[in-house]
Amino acid sequence: METSGIKYTPKDFKSENAVRWCPGCGDFAVLNCIHKAMAEVGIKPHETAVISGIGCSSRLPYYMNTYGFHGIHGRACAIATGVKVANPDLSVWVATGDGDALAIGGNHFIHTVRRNVDLNIVLLNNRIYGLTKGQYSPTTARGAVTKSSPYGTVEDPFNPAELCFGARGRFFGRAIDTDLKNQVDVMVEAAKHKGTSVIEVLVNCVIFNDGIHKSITEKEWKADNTITLQQGEKMIFGKDNNKGIVLDGWNLKAVTIGENGYTIDDVLTHDATTPDNTLQLKLAKMSLEDGLPVALGVIRNAPEISYDEAFEKQIDDLQGGKPKKSLREFLLNSANVWEVK
Amino acid sequence: MPTSTVVTDIKQVTIRFSGDSGDGMQLSGTLFSALSAILGNEIATFPDFPAEIRAPQGSLQGVSGFQVRIGSKDVYNSGDKSDVLVAMNPAALKVNAPFLKKGSIVLYDTDSFDKKDLEKALFKTDDPFAELGLTDVQPIPVAMTSLTKASLEGTGLDNKGVIRSKNMFALGVVCWLFNRSLEVADKLLEQKFGKNPLLAQANIKALTDGYNYGNNLHLTASTYRIETVDTSKKGFYTDINGNTAVAYGLIAAAEKAGVKLFLGSYPITPATEIMLELAARKDLGVKTLQMEDEIAGICTTIGGGFAGCLAATNTSGPGLALKSEALGLAVMTELPIVVIDVQRGGPSTGLPTKSEQTDLNQALYGRNGESPLVVMAAASPTDCFDSAFEASKIALENMTPVILLTDGYIANGSSAWRIPDMDEYPDIKPPYVQNYFNGEDKTWKPYRRDEETLVRYWAVPGTPEFQHRVGGLEKDYNTSIISTDPKNHQLMVDTRKAKVEKIADRIPSQEILGDTDADTLIVSWGGTYGHLLEAMNQIRETGKKVALAHFKYIMPLPKNTAEILKAYKKVVVAEQNNGQFANYLQSQISGLCDIRKFNRVEGQPLKVNELVEEFTKIIEEK
Repeated sequence: METSGIKYTPKDFKSENAVRWCPGCGDFAVLNCIHKAMAEVGIKPHETAVISGIGCSSRLPYYMNTYGFHGIHGRACAIATGVKVANPDLSVWVATGDGDALAIGGNHFIHTVRRNVDLNIVLLNNRIYGLTKGQYSPTTARGAVTKSSPYGTVEDPFNPAELCFGARGRFFGRAIDTDLKNQVDVMVEAAKHKGTSVIEVLVNCVIFNDGIHKSITEKEWKADNTITLQQGEKMIFGKDNNKGIVLDGWNLKAVTIGENGYTIDDVLTHDATTPDNTLQLKLAKMSLEDGLPVALGVIRNAPEISYDEAFEKQIDDLQGGKPKKSLREFLLNSANVWEVK
Repeated sequence: MPTSTVVTDIKQVTIRFSGDSGDGMQLSGTLFSALSAILGNEIATFPDFPAEIRAPQGSLQGVSGFQVRIGSKDVYNSGDKSDVLVAMNPAALKVNAPFLKKGSIVLYDTDSFDKKDLEKALFKTDDPFAELGLTDVQPIPVAMTSLTKASLEGTGLDNKGVIRSKNMFALGVVCWLFNRSLEVADKLLEQKFGKNPLLAQANIKALTDGYNYGNNLHLTASTYRIETVDTSKKGFYTDINGNTAVAYGLIAAAEKAGVKLFLGSYPITPATEIMLELAARKDLGVKTLQMEDEIAGICTTIGGGFAGCLAATNTSGPGLALKSEALGLAVMTELPIVVIDVQRGGPSTGLPTKSEQTDLNQALYGRNGESPLVVMAAASPTDCFDSAFEASKIALENMTPVILLTDGYIANGSSAWRIPDMDEYPDIKPPYVQNYFNGEDKTWKPYRRDEETLVRYWAVPGTPEFQHRVGGLEKDYNTSIISTDPKNHQLMVDTRKAKVEKIADRIPSQEILGDTDADTLIVSWGGTYGHLLEAMNQIRETGKKVALAHFKYIMPLPKNTAEILKAYKKVVVAEQNNGQFANYLQSQISGLCDIRKFNRVEGQPLKVNELVEEFTKIIEEK
C-alpha cells in the first residue's frame, strides 16, 4: 500500500459503469470526493479495495475502478476486515449507510472500530432508509414522521460519533456532502491514518428526506451553524469569523470574540491527536439545540497500532525471521509422535 | 476377592472412564488412548460429556465419560458397550450401567460411595449394584481418594490438587489391568505438565502408586493384554481427533496451493477446537480471527477468499443457520470458501455436546434462491484430514463454497494417524486470471468462465489490470454488469447449478465394500462409517452376503451413484437423522422408490448390534 509516486487523477479511480443514484442525490458528491481523495493519496487503483453492504450508498463500489465488493446488508465491515487481514498491503475502504452500519450492521461496526482494523469507513448518513423507500433509520430524530413512523418515532437516534468513541475509535471525521473541500481533506487524513477511520458524511436524500441537514448545509446558515475544525488552530467560526468555542466549566460554549469580555485567547485550540477523547467527544456532540455549531473536519485522530499490523507482527515474531515450517515439520516435532519401522 | 492373576490375550476391549465433570476423566481417557496408540494399538475414542462445565457434584446430569476402544486391528468405532468401567461416583455407575457387557469389570472409588453420594445419584438402597441389577459384573472396590491422599502426602501439593490427582491413580490401576508399562504414560505426563514440575511429579506418583496397588493386590480375576498391532505402513504416527485433523487438512491444502490459510470463526460446541488449533498455528502463518458473531465469522472468510486466501470458517448447526445469507453471497460471487459444520443434536440449541447427522438438509438447501454448492462429509477422525484437504482443493479449483460436514462423534473421537508425506497428495491449482488472460484483454470479465468447467477466474486484489467488482446482485452472463433481465437470470441460475454438477467429473467413483454380488446394499454417509463397516463385517462373518456404499461426496454425488443403487434388490439407508440422505437420494435419482431407512436421532453413535439385527432381518426377507 505504498504511495506509488505516479500522479493519479480522479478519473483513474472512476469505473465505466453508469451511476444510478437519483438526480440530486448527495451520494454523487461523496463518490467524486472519494475519487479525488484517492488520487491525492496516490495509492494504486489495483491495490485499493472498496467494500460495501446494502443500500443506496452501498452501490458505490460499482462506480470505482478499484477492486470492489458489494456485500450483504450490514456486513461490509466484517467482509472488509477479512480483506485487510488477508492482504494488509491493500488500502481498504468501506462504503456504508446509517441503516447498513448502525442498525443491521451495528455489531460489526462497533467491533471493527474496537479492533482498530485499518479501514476507511465512509458512513453516508442521510437519516433515512432510501432503497426500501423511506423508513426511519437509527439516526432519524425522535418524533420524525416517516413511512414506518406515521405518528412520529418514539425512539432516540444514535449519534455515530458517540458510537465510534464508545467503541474506542481512534479516528473520527465529519463532512457535509456539498462541502467538497472539507470532505476531501477528511478523507485524505482518514486514508493516512493507520487504523479504523470513521468518516461521517451528512448526505441529502432528495426523495425521502430532502433538506434534513438544511440547517447546516444551506449557504446562509452554514457559516454560523458549523465549525470546521483544523488541527492546531483556534476553534473559530461564523460569517464574520468572530465566533469561537470556549470552555465554560465542564461544558463548551459558543461566544462572540470581543463581547462579554471574551478574547481570542479564551478560544480553544483544536487537538485531534490527544489519546484522551473527552474534549473531542464534546466537540463531536455539539448541536444547534445546545446553541453550538455542528463540528466538521477531523475531530479525532489519535493513532494506535492497528489490528492488522499487530496481527502480522505476532506472526513475524513467532516465526522469528526463520523460513516458515511446513505442516509435516511441525507435526514431526510435536508431542505424542512415535515411529513404526 | 481372587488372588491369582490370569493374563488374557484379547483382540479388542472397550473401557469407559466416568465420573463428575470435574474428576478429570477426559484426561485419564485421553492419556490411556494415547499410550495405547503409541504401544501400537488401534484406537477409537468417544468423549461423552455434559454441556454444563460443572453440573452439581455427584448428580446424574454431571456425569462425564470418555470411552476408548483399543485393539490389535479392525477398530472402526468406539464400541457399543464397555468391558471395563471406571466409576468415580455412584452417578457414573448408574448412568453407565445399561452399557456394561456381561462379566465386565467395574472399578470404583469406595470413598465416594457413601450414603450421601448414593442419595445424590438417587439410589434408594445402600447396594447400588443390586439396585441396578448388576449381578454379572466384577466389581473392584478401591478407596481411590484416600489412597491418592496417602500417596501424595508430603509432596507439597495442596489438598484440592491431591484430590484431583485421583484420576491418575485410577489410570494407574487401569494400566496395570492392561499390562501397560508406565514409561510412556510418565513421558506424556511430563509433556503435559512440563511447565509445572511439581504437578507432573505428583501425577506420575499417583499413577505409579495406582499401578503398584493393582499389582500388589492382584485386584481381579483376569487382566488383559492386548496384542500390539503390526502396522502395515511404516512412518511416524500420532493420535489425532477429527477437529484437529480438519485444522491440519486445511493447513496442508493451503501449503499445496501456495496460498495463506485464513479462518474467520466464532466459538461454538463442538467445532471450537478447529479454531483453537488454527489460532495456535500462527507459527505456521495461519491467520485465525475470532470474530464478534457467526455472521462476521463467515463474512471475514468471504473477504479473505476475495483477497486470495484459502478461507475457511468452522461452526455447528445453529451457527450454520446464521451463516446462510452469507453462504448465498459466496455462491453468487463464486468465491472459494470452506465451511466446516461439526454437526450436533438439534434443532435450536438442541444437544450441544451430542452427535447427529441432522444438518444435511440445511447444508443442501438452507439458503434463499437457487443456491447450489458442494457438500461433502468426513467418515472418521483421520478422514477429516483428507476431507478438509479435498474440500479445499474443490473450493479453490472450482471457485465455489464447499460445506464439509463432520459431527461431534468424529470431531472429538480420535485414532492413530500416520503423519502424511505431502507428496502423496495432489496439487491444487487455483484458476488465477493472469495465467489465462493479459491485462489488456478486454474480453475478460469477472464472471467470464472456462467453457468446459464453467469455473470463473480468480482475480485477486493487488493484481494489476484486473480491477473488478463482484457482489450479491445478479450479473449479466456476458458483461458481468448488474442485470435483472429474465432470460439472463435463468441462464445464470442454470450455469451456477451446472458448474457444481460438473465437479462430479473430477471426483472419485463411489466404492462398494463387502459382497458386491449381495442382494442387500447398506448406504451410509459421514461419521457413521466405523459403525456401519463393523456391522457389515459382523453380518458377513455369519455367512450372509451384504454390501456397503459409504458416501463422502454428497453434492454432487459420484457419477455412478444411480447405477449402484439400482443394482441391488434391497437398499437400506442408515443415518442419524429421520431420513435426510435417503430422501435426497430419491430426489436425485429417478426411479429409486423402494428404499428402506434405518434412522436414529438419539444424540449417540449408532449401535452396531442394532444395525446387525435390523440389516439381518432385511437380508433374510424373501
